[in-house]
Amino acid sequence: MTAILKHELRSYFHSFTAYFFGAFLLVVTGVCSMIYNINQTISNFEYVLGLGCIVLVLIVPILTMRSIAEEKKQKTDQLLYALPVTTTQVVVGKYLALLVVFVIPLCIVGVYPLIFAQYGDVYLPTSYGSLFAFFMMGAALIAVGVFISSLTENQGFAAGIGVAVILFNYYSVTIAEYVSSTALGSAIVLCVVAALIAFLINYLTKNENLAYGIGLALLAVITATYLINSEMYESLVPKIMTELSLFERFYVFVDGVFDITAIVYYITVIIFFLFLSVQSLEKRRYN
Amino acid sequence: MITVEHLTKMYGDFTAVSDLSFEIDEGHVYGFLGPNGAGKTTTMNIMTGCLSATAGTVKIEGYDIFEEPDQAKRLIGYLPEQPPLYLNETPAEYLKFVGQAKGIKGAELKEQIEEVMEQTKITEMRNRRISALSKGYKQRVGIAQALLGNPKVIILDEPTVGLDPIQIIEIRDLIKELGQHHTVILSSHILSEVQTICDEIMIIAHGKLVAFGEPEKLTSQLLTPNEITITADADQKTVREIMRKVSHVTELTFSEKEEQYTTAHIKTDRKNIYDMSRAVFTAFAKQDTVLLEMSLKQANLEDVFIELTEETAEDQESGTVKENGENANKEAALKIARKALGEDAAAGETESGEKEGIGE
Repeated sequence: MTAILKHELRSYFHSFTAYFFGAFLLVVTGVCSMIYNINQTISNFEYVLGLGCIVLVLIVPILTMRSIAEEKKQKTDQLLYALPVTTTQVVVGKYLALLVVFVIPLCIVGVYPLIFAQYGDVYLPTSYGSLFAFFMMGAALIAVGVFISSLTENQGFAAGIGVAVILFNYYSVTIAEYVSSTALGSAIVLCVVAALIAFLINYLTKNENLAYGIGLALLAVITATYLINSEMYESLVPKIMTELSLFERFYVFVDGVFDITAIVYYITVIIFFLFLSVQSLEKRRYN
Repeated sequence: MITVEHLTKMYGDFTAVSDLSFEIDEGHVYGFLGPNGAGKTTTMNIMTGCLSATAGTVKIEGYDIFEEPDQAKRLIGYLPEQPPLYLNETPAEYLKFVGQAKGIKGAELKEQIEEVMEQTKITEMRNRRISALSKGYKQRVGIAQALLGNPKVIILDEPTVGLDPIQIIEIRDLIKELGQHHTVILSSHILSEVQTICDEIMIIAHGKLVAFGEPEKLTSQLLTPNEITITADADQKTVREIMRKVSHVTELTFSEKEEQYTTAHIKTDRKNIYDMSRAVFTAFAKQDTVLLEMSLKQANLEDVFIELTEETAEDQESGTVKENGENANKEAALKIARKALGEDAAAGETESGEKEGIGE
């Protein structure tokens, strides 16, 4: 695993990827802190991260797009399969390298609150709590990006889908307000989601029976529960969208609350998507 | 060393490898021969743990590749058909990564990298980007990667495909060298190549092993020479007369008429071809007819190959298409075999395979 980690790091720092990622993150946080902390003389550093987090929508997919897609394209994945390393080691090694690339600019950002503290009252626990949450949220988004990269061998496609997915997540709370909150509306949306899940399973496993089975089972459950207790579905979809939002949970930290459940949620997302990435790679072995 | 038992691989409804079993001993160069799509790459991918099998087992020195992949993979160095290279790295960086991933560390890693670079003659290229290397050098880097960790078995999938004539010869020499210290398994659809490099040949067709043995034995066992071509200083009629007195002639055909000489092809069912040539010679001598040329057609691997692949195709199809008769099957099978061999014949002539480069 360390071999994979080292190799990935070397390739990130040999190309522009790591520098581009770091520079972009630093520029955005720098501009935000200039606006808030310097121009408007607000002493809350966490607001900078609250505003700046939108940058992740763009730079995370660009960072993660090549991680697995490129291996498939260059057929170097064959090498990884033939080496005495497990698929899990490969995925985790790659993921850790991405985290290192992400952490380095954050270390620089971490100095800002200390600098501002020299010139006024900065409440450091909130600042660093938010910074930690920012890191955890970024880590979760990177895991999502790695998974998307594992689905295709086209980097551009991976980046595009990544931006779309993360952007949707970013705006999901806003969109949730416009989504139908009636029980029927929610049930219909969930049915569509069930169909999408079945489609994804079919794409991943190429097992039509399994995909149909799961899809139909989900549809049956939704229809049955809707018929039995339709109240349950009142404004369910907007609620789910708000719950699933990675960004919404981050804003809680910005507001000064260290929310352990959010951290647990981020870790769950990381493990879930890395697990899916491993399965996606394993699937190629089974064709 | 390697035991493959009842290996089967299905892609949906398509059977790529069907019930394949064989055993490989230490210290030989094995050639995996078969037309394109015969299941060579699939088998190799399964043996190296890159692909799962639908059924069957592969054991390397007793380690099951599916159950104990870690130990099994350490015993194998694999070069897939397309060398898995990171193009924007240098050979030195690339080999370092592969070595580390194989669990080699520190001074030993450095030593081994130097060693394999020396062995594959890429030391001078160590600091160039792989993307800037020629195809032959890329292939060498691929082989160097497989050699790291000093594995007992080296598996090479079509190692000479797409190389120029000189590179092909160099790579073949390299493989022969490797054969002295490792067990080498290579796949190819080029018969002449396998015939020159390998001590043992496995012919695979339609996912089945159809023959296994030394090249010479394969030819002698499976096809005894049974054809004599003569050119006589006489007309067709005379030749026919003379040949009538020779027994064991199963078929007599004449080449297109030439001005003065007659060229005839004689097929026989005699076991010893020399008995036949002696009889022919004596018959002509008795009639005072001069034999200008006499040549025995030696069966070569190509014939074995066609014969065997044809048989398997028949086996597979005969069950379903009985009514069409055997001829249709035979022709279909021959077509498949010839198609595969068409490239080989061209490659064989120039000893190079410029054509396959384009074909691939």
